[in-house]
Amino acid sequence: MRKTILTLLTILMLNITSAIAADVTKEQIKGLDEQVQDIKKDVIDLTAGLLQLEEKLLFPSNSQFALFVSLADPEDLRLDAIQIKLENKVLAHHLYTFRELEAMQKGGVQKIYTGNIKTGDHKLVISYTAKAVSGGEMKRSSSYTLKKGVGPKFVEIKIGGPDAGDQGLEFKDW
Amino acid sequence: MLRFIQSILFLLIAFNAMAENTINKSPELKDIFYGESLFYAFQNKHFDAISKLDAELGQFYALDNPALDPFNQHINHAEFSVGSFELAYRMHQRAGRAIKAIMESSLNQEIRNEAAYRLAQIYYRKNQPGNALDILEKIQGEMAEDLRVDEIYLRAQVYISTGKFAEAVTLLKSIENEDKYKGYILYNLGIAYIQNGEEKKGIVALGEMGKISSDERGILALKDKANLTLANRMLENGSPDQAKQYFSRIRLNGPFADRALLGLGWVNVSLGQFKKALVPWRILHKREITNESVQESMLAVPYSYSQLHYYGQAALSYGEAMDNFGSEVDRLQVSIKSVREGKFLNAILDKQGERDENWLHNLRDLQETPETRYILSLMASNDFQQSLQNYHDLAELRMRLSYWLATLDVYVELIEIRRKYYEPLLPVVEKQFKKLDARIRLRLSQRDRLDQRLKSLVISRRPDYLATAEERGIQDKLAGIELYLSSNPQHYSDEVRQRIARLKGVLHWNINGAYHERLTHAYKQMKTLDVYINTLNKAYKSFIRTRQAATQSYEGYDIPIRQLKTKIQATQVKVDGIMARQGRLIEALAVNELERRRNLLEEYQIKARFALAESYDRATKKQQKAQEDKFLQSKALKESAEKNKQDLNVKDTQQEQLLQEQPVEAQPAPEKEETVQ
Repeated sequence: MRKTILTLLTILMLNITSAIAADVTKEQIKGLDEQVQDIKKDVIDLTAGLLQLEEKLLFPSNSQFALFVSLADPEDLRLDAIQIKLENKVLAHHLYTFRELEAMQKGGVQKIYTGNIKTGDHKLVISYTAKAVSGGEMKRSSSYTLKKGVGPKFVEIKIGGPDAGDQGLEFKDW
Repeated sequence: MLRFIQSILFLLIAFNAMAENTINKSPELKDIFYGESLFYAFQNKHFDAISKLDAELGQFYALDNPALDPFNQHINHAEFSVGSFELAYRMHQRAGRAIKAIMESSLNQEIRNEAAYRLAQIYYRKNQPGNALDILEKIQGEMAEDLRVDEIYLRAQVYISTGKFAEAVTLLKSIENEDKYKGYILYNLGIAYIQNGEEKKGIVALGEMGKISSDERGILALKDKANLTLANRMLENGSPDQAKQYFSRIRLNGPFADRALLGLGWVNVSLGQFKKALVPWRILHKREITNESVQESMLAVPYSYSQLHYYGQAALSYGEAMDNFGSEVDRLQVSIKSVREGKFLNAILDKQGERDENWLHNLRDLQETPETRYILSLMASNDFQQSLQNYHDLAELRMRLSYWLATLDVYVELIEIRRKYYEPLLPVVEKQFKKLDARIRLRLSQRDRLDQRLKSLVISRRPDYLATAEERGIQDKLAGIELYLSSNPQHYSDEVRQRIARLKGVLHWNINGAYHERLTHAYKQMKTLDVYINTLNKAYKSFIRTRQAATQSYEGYDIPIRQLKTKIQATQVKVDGIMARQGRLIEALAVNELERRRNLLEEYQIKARFALAESYDRATKKQQKAQEDKFLQSKALKESAEKNKQDLNVKDTQQEQLLQEQPVEAQPAPEKEETVQ
C-alpha cells in the first residue's frame, strides 16, 4: 500500500516542464529564433548607417560639441540632478533615474548633450545636486571655459573624485 | 532519475545567466564613446549599446593608423563587450562569430583564452555542451585571474552535461570555498556526486546547500531547490520521513513553496498521517486557483478526508473541487478562444509599450483577463519565455524602424529648407570670394618670397637687400648721374668723381653698417607679418569650411536617404513577417499549454466524480450502519425497558427523543477539523 502511494505521489509530483505540443517543434522555435537574430543584425547595421547620417546632417564636425557626465568615485555621492548652462542659457537639465545612476556608478558615461557651437571660447556653468554619503544634501556649481576649435569638441564633466576642486567637478577635453 | 535530469536542466538554464553578464564594471576609461556604450549596456539597453559600439569599432578599423586612436586601448574589451552585449540581446550566432575571430587571432594567449571561455559559454547556453567542451580544451596556460573561477565553474558544468561527473566533482571541489558562485558550486557538486554514483556525498552536499544562510534571492531559491531535490530523492528511495524534513525547510513564499506544500501533504499521506496531510494542503488550498499544485490539492484534501472516514466532508470537498474544476475548464475554454483571437499578443504589446526593461517580469502583474489568466503557468516554459522575448524585441525593432522612417522624412524637409536658403546665396558669396581669393593668393606669394629672401640672407650676406627705399633712391640717382657723366665726360671733373665716390661710400657704410640690425628688424617684421598672415589663413580656411559645410548641409543626401528608406521599408516587411510567425508560435504554445491544463482538469473532474460517488456511497453506508447500530441499541433498550417497565418509563421516553434529534455521523465534528488545521 505504502509503496503504491509513494509511486503514485512521485508520478503526481512530476513536473511537466515541456509545454511543447506536437505541432510546435524545437526546430521551429530554433529556426524562428535564428531569423530573429538575423533581423536584429540587419536593424543594428541599418541603425549604424542612420546614426552616421544623422550626425553628418545635424552635427557637422566643424561645429559639433558634446558634453558627457561621469562619476569619479561611485561611493562618494548619489547624484540627483544636473544643470548645464552655456553663455548663461540652460543647455541641458537632467534628473537621474536609479538605473542611470547605477550605470554611471559602474563606469558608464552619459552623453548629456550634443549640439553645434561656433569656434572660440564659451563659458559653461555646471550645477548639480546630490546626496552625500553622510546623507546631507549637496549643491555645487562650477564654471569652465570651453575652447572650441575647428574640429569637434568633447568635454567630460567628472563629478567627485580626488582631483576635483572644492566644487567637486573636474573637466576633461577628449 | 527523471527529476534529477530536470534539476540539471534547471541549473543549466536558470543559473547560466549569472555567469553570462561578466562585463559588469568598466575598465579605466581611455575612450569616452566606449564609456557611453557601457552606460547603455549597464541599463540593459543592449540595442543602443551594440549600435554605438559597433559604430565606434567601424570607425576605428577604418582609420589609417588605428594604433594612435585612444580607442585602441579598449579594443579587446570592446570586442568582448560587443559579444557580451550581443549575448545579452540574444544574438548568440553573431556573438559567437565575433568571439571566435578573436580566438583565432594573433592576440596574446590570455586574451585568446578569455575568448575561448566566452565562446564555450555561448555553446553551453545554446545547450551544446560537446562544442563547449571542445572550445574549453583549446585554452592553454593560465586564465586571467579574474576569470579563473568562472572558467573552472563553466568547465565543471560542461562536464556534468557531458557525463564526466568525476571530473566535475574534482573541479567543483577545487573551488568549493570561493565566494563567487557560492551556493551554485555546492548544488552542482551535490548533483555531480549523485550522478557519479556517490549518493551519500551528494546528499551531504545538497543537505549543506539546503541549510545555507544568505540574503540573496537567487541563493535562497537554489536552497529551496536543493531541499526539493533532496525531498524528491528521498521519496524515490522510499524514505518519506527524511523527505518530510527536507520539504519542511522550503520557504512558504519561495518559488517552490506550492510544490513543497503539495509534496509535504503526500509524504504525510504515505506515512498514514492523513490529518497532518491536511495542514499543508489547506494552506495550498487558499492560494491562486490557476496553480497546478493548488488544483491537485483540491483532489488531495477530500482524499485525506475519506481516509479519515469523514466521508461526508470528503463528498462535500469533492463536490467543491468539481465545481472549481468545472468553472476553471470553462475559463480555460474562454482563454483559449481569447488567445486564438490574438488578444494575448495585444496584451503583451500593451505591456511592452511601457518600455520597461522588466516587462517580462511585469507580465505577471497584468490585469486578469481571459487571455492572461494562466500567464504564470505559461511563463514556466523557457521556450515560451524566449518566444515572448523575441516577440518583444521584434516589436521594438518595428518601433525603431517606424521612428527612423518618420525621421528621414523630417530630414528630407530639413535638407530642402537648407537648399532653398543656401542655393541663391552661395553664387554671390562665391563671386566675392573669387576676387578676394586672388588677392589673398598674391599676398601670400609675396610673403613667401620675402621669407625666402630672408632665409637666403642667413646663408649669404646681401646688405643691399636690406637697403631702405630712400637709400635705393639715392643709389638710383647716383647711378643716373654716373650714366650721364659717362656720356658727357666734359662735366666729369675730379671733384665730381670724388663727391660721387664719397656719397657711394656713405651709402655703402650705412647699408653695411646697419646690416645686422636691419636683418634682425626684418625678422621681427616677418614675424609680425606672419601673425596677420595666420589670421588671414584662418579666416580663409574658415570660409572654405563654412562654404563647404553650407554645401554639404544639403548636397549629397538624396541618394543615401533614398537607399536607407528603401532598406528600412524592406526590413519593416521582414520584421512584420517574422513577427507574425513569432506571434503564431506564441499563440500555439499558449493554446497547447492551456489545452494541457484543461485536459488535466477534465481528468481531475472524472476522478473527482468517481471519488464523490464513492464518498457518498461510503457516507450512506456509514449512516445506515449508524442507524442500524442505533436501532439495535434502541431495541435492546426497549427490551430492557419492558423488563423494568414501571421503573424506567421516563428514561425510555428520553432515549427515543434523543434518537430523533441526533445528526448523522457523516458530517465530521468541527472541532476535529480545527485540530487538523
